[in-house]
Amino acid sequence: MSNPPTASAFSLDDFMAAEQRKDLLRFSTAGSVDDGKSTLIGRLLYDTRSVYEDQVRSIEGKGTTAPGQIDFALLTDGLRAEREQGITIDVAYRYFSTSRRKFIIADTPGHEQYTRNMATGSSTADATIVLIDARKGVLPQSRRHAYIASLLGVRHLIVAVNKMDLVDYSQQRFLAIRADFTALLDQIATDTGNPVEPHFLPVSALIGDNVVHRSDATPWYTGPSLIEMLESLPASRHDHSAPLRFAVQRVLRPDASFRGFAGQIASGTIRPGDSITALPSGRVAQVARIVTFDGDLDQASAPLSVTLVLDREIDISRGDILVASDAPATVSTELEASLVWMDAHDLVAGRRYLLKHASHVVPATVTALHHRVLLENEAHHQTLDHLPATTLTLNQIGVASLRLLRPIAVDRYADHRQTGAFILIDPATNGTVAAGMIRSASPIPAALAAHLLSAHTGPVSARERFLRWGHRGAILALTGPSSLADRLERALFHEGMVTLRLNAADSDASTLAAQAAQAGLLVLLHAETDSDVLSITIGEHALTLADDDAIARRLQTLLADADLLRQPGVSEYEI
Amino acid sequence: MSPVSTLPHLSTPAAPQLSHLRQLEAESIHILREVASEFERPVMLYSIGKDSSVMLRLAQKAFYPAPIPFPLLHIDTGFKFREMIEFRDNMAHEVGTKLHVWRNEPAIAAGTNPIALDTKRCCGLLKTQALLDGLRHFNFDAAFGGARRDEEKSRAKERIYSFRDGAGQWDPKNQRPELWNLFNARIHPGESIRVFPLSNWTEMDVWQYIHLENIPVVDLYFAKERPMYVRGDSLIPIEQSFVALPGEQPQMVKCRLRSLGCSPCTGAIRSDASTIPDIIAELLSFRSSERANRVIDHDQEGSMELKKREGYF
Repeated sequence: MSNPPTASAFSLDDFMAAEQRKDLLRFSTAGSVDDGKSTLIGRLLYDTRSVYEDQVRSIEGKGTTAPGQIDFALLTDGLRAEREQGITIDVAYRYFSTSRRKFIIADTPGHEQYTRNMATGSSTADATIVLIDARKGVLPQSRRHAYIASLLGVRHLIVAVNKMDLVDYSQQRFLAIRADFTALLDQIATDTGNPVEPHFLPVSALIGDNVVHRSDATPWYTGPSLIEMLESLPASRHDHSAPLRFAVQRVLRPDASFRGFAGQIASGTIRPGDSITALPSGRVAQVARIVTFDGDLDQASAPLSVTLVLDREIDISRGDILVASDAPATVSTELEASLVWMDAHDLVAGRRYLLKHASHVVPATVTALHHRVLLENEAHHQTLDHLPATTLTLNQIGVASLRLLRPIAVDRYADHRQTGAFILIDPATNGTVAAGMIRSASPIPAALAAHLLSAHTGPVSARERFLRWGHRGAILALTGPSSLADRLERALFHEGMVTLRLNAADSDASTLAAQAAQAGLLVLLHAETDSDVLSITIGEHALTLADDDAIARRLQTLLADADLLRQPGVSEYEI
Repeated sequence: MSPVSTLPHLSTPAAPQLSHLRQLEAESIHILREVASEFERPVMLYSIGKDSSVMLRLAQKAFYPAPIPFPLLHIDTGFKFREMIEFRDNMAHEVGTKLHVWRNEPAIAAGTNPIALDTKRCCGLLKTQALLDGLRHFNFDAAFGGARRDEEKSRAKERIYSFRDGAGQWDPKNQRPELWNLFNARIHPGESIRVFPLSNWTEMDVWQYIHLENIPVVDLYFAKERPMYVRGDSLIPIEQSFVALPGEQPQMVKCRLRSLGCSPCTGAIRSDASTIPDIIAELLSFRSSERANRVIDHDQEGSMELKKREGYF
């Protein structure tokens, strides 16, 4: 909601013009149940008149506050489980606007077990509000919140010292907390490599002190109220002067005369005539046109979604990244990254995961785990200490090395948020298991060395083979032209699968095929014909491919149907 | 809202930022392109309302100069307003996109209506069941919906890619974390996702965008003298005769619809807003949320969450 002007003075043109100047700030909030975070958000929404009367009516007289008071926390707790347990358990998004800005709040829970939600909320935030209970000071959880915000590259940390009413609005108390927290932030920035700018303010969410209006109860505080602060922070996410990064999402080819590359500008500004390099191939071209539904543009900056037409035909497809030729990204297969583990199944070093970065997916293996970061105090250790680790469990954070099956173009997360970030996906469950922030990447020579082996003793089990390759072995009986068999093999190879192509006409082909399938390979047993289509049979499952099919996607479905992507149980043929 | 800052900014903003609407537009286009590229059979759920109209325009923009690479699907309960159906057919024709219409014909033939049953069971059959059947019939693996997170409390936690199991159901505790703009599009056979490209838009954003982009919307959104059954504050459209109480006579009332649904369950509001600017001005003065006139959301505490668990959008 915005300022409802009086009817007589209202000019819609003025209003719309002002709306056109409004920008967008995304911020996240972190804090525990007792910190009063939900109360603060509820208060922000209520005091900026961003909640409607029927929503307020629906919670009046409910909740835990004194009779006649509104429990603001109830305005924001959405799901049934939360209402029943009285806690916030997931990321909730809220919206409000003032006459200057539209705001998107990612409201996240504060418990240690919800680290993943906090990381999720921080990943898109320009600013984070950390709440500190004035009575309790800087707790381990405050350290954790600040650490996660910094790790995820949030630039501005608003430290709201809450419940000031319960410490008699003591300036001394506020200054002591500020000093503690400032020392902490220096330590954090050293660890994460992402400096954060802190902004401290004393508030009472329950009473409303310094939330929207500056409070008379804190005459010693001369800074802005929370809302004033939010209105004036720079929205830093999209740096127009940064080098161009543009991930190709889709090649648009409506007819023979048009070939455009659709994507969203991740950073920088682009103009016709600019020289771009397509990575990882390294081919160079100039931008000929910036095409949109509303007409061609003279220039476009992040975060616009546009379609680029180049001055020459170079081979570019989905997943490629177009970068400024004079400031390219690093092409690499070896990354060091911070990982936030988000899955109930622990990280397994050496196992195959899928890494999604920008608009492509690459198989990847965690080759080494360097340390994990302690998020709670433990015996003999303090929050944020580094501990040696062999795995990461749900809600743990660590630093790891990863090896990718194919080279991709990346940046350091501290330099480029969009091209420095990735997620890991478990190919067996399809769950999102980790968030990754790239700390460094080793540039590779053109030749890609595929060292996937690590030392083991004893015979290799089916389970190990699965962890290595990401699939079970099988025979794919192919009938059709070689050209399509080539494309099929290419598509499987691209997915990181291990294939062996055999000519069905050879006398020993079927024996060899059976042995190779037993060894965990996908055997392409090809009987060549000059038909237009390629038929693929795996046991009782079959698929027919034509030239223009979305091969990768259809293959995934076939392999899943044939049960080749499910991990063998421990008891299942051990060897 | 209350008076806000008149203070100097803490720091001067650098280069001019894109307006919030252009940022939302860019984000939605990114989502539309990702889904079209990563799923085999996407479809756009087209409900004829203002949000669908915006979503359709964003799809045109996302793939221009190529055509929209997926069809539209409308779930028709048989109780939609006549103007809505006409608008739908014209729109599909103009945009040049294939439109599928799906109805739960057995339930419609059996006389299902919200008076004979209760609204919850009626919605279950004519909307949720029809939607699940329609998606299954065409084997769609990703369905775009126009829902926004600001509409209702349980939607505030909805993902942009909302994962549904083999039965099309939503488990709020088993949703994938979504970081940055990196969406996990992997699904097993039989599973599907619902995608909400307008997640971060508000009702005000939608109207401003419609105004800015000159996007056509159904006439029912604009105030006009219309015959209504008047019951206290409630205005009930007369489209379906079964909604009338014994002896009840319609009256002419200047009114409009704030959100479009099935005529028996969508109340009108008294209004003089006959243009989009009028609507925006009216919105600024509203003190009730846009779904307050929807009967279905109030059935019971958390009713939207229950519907979504069963497969509703």
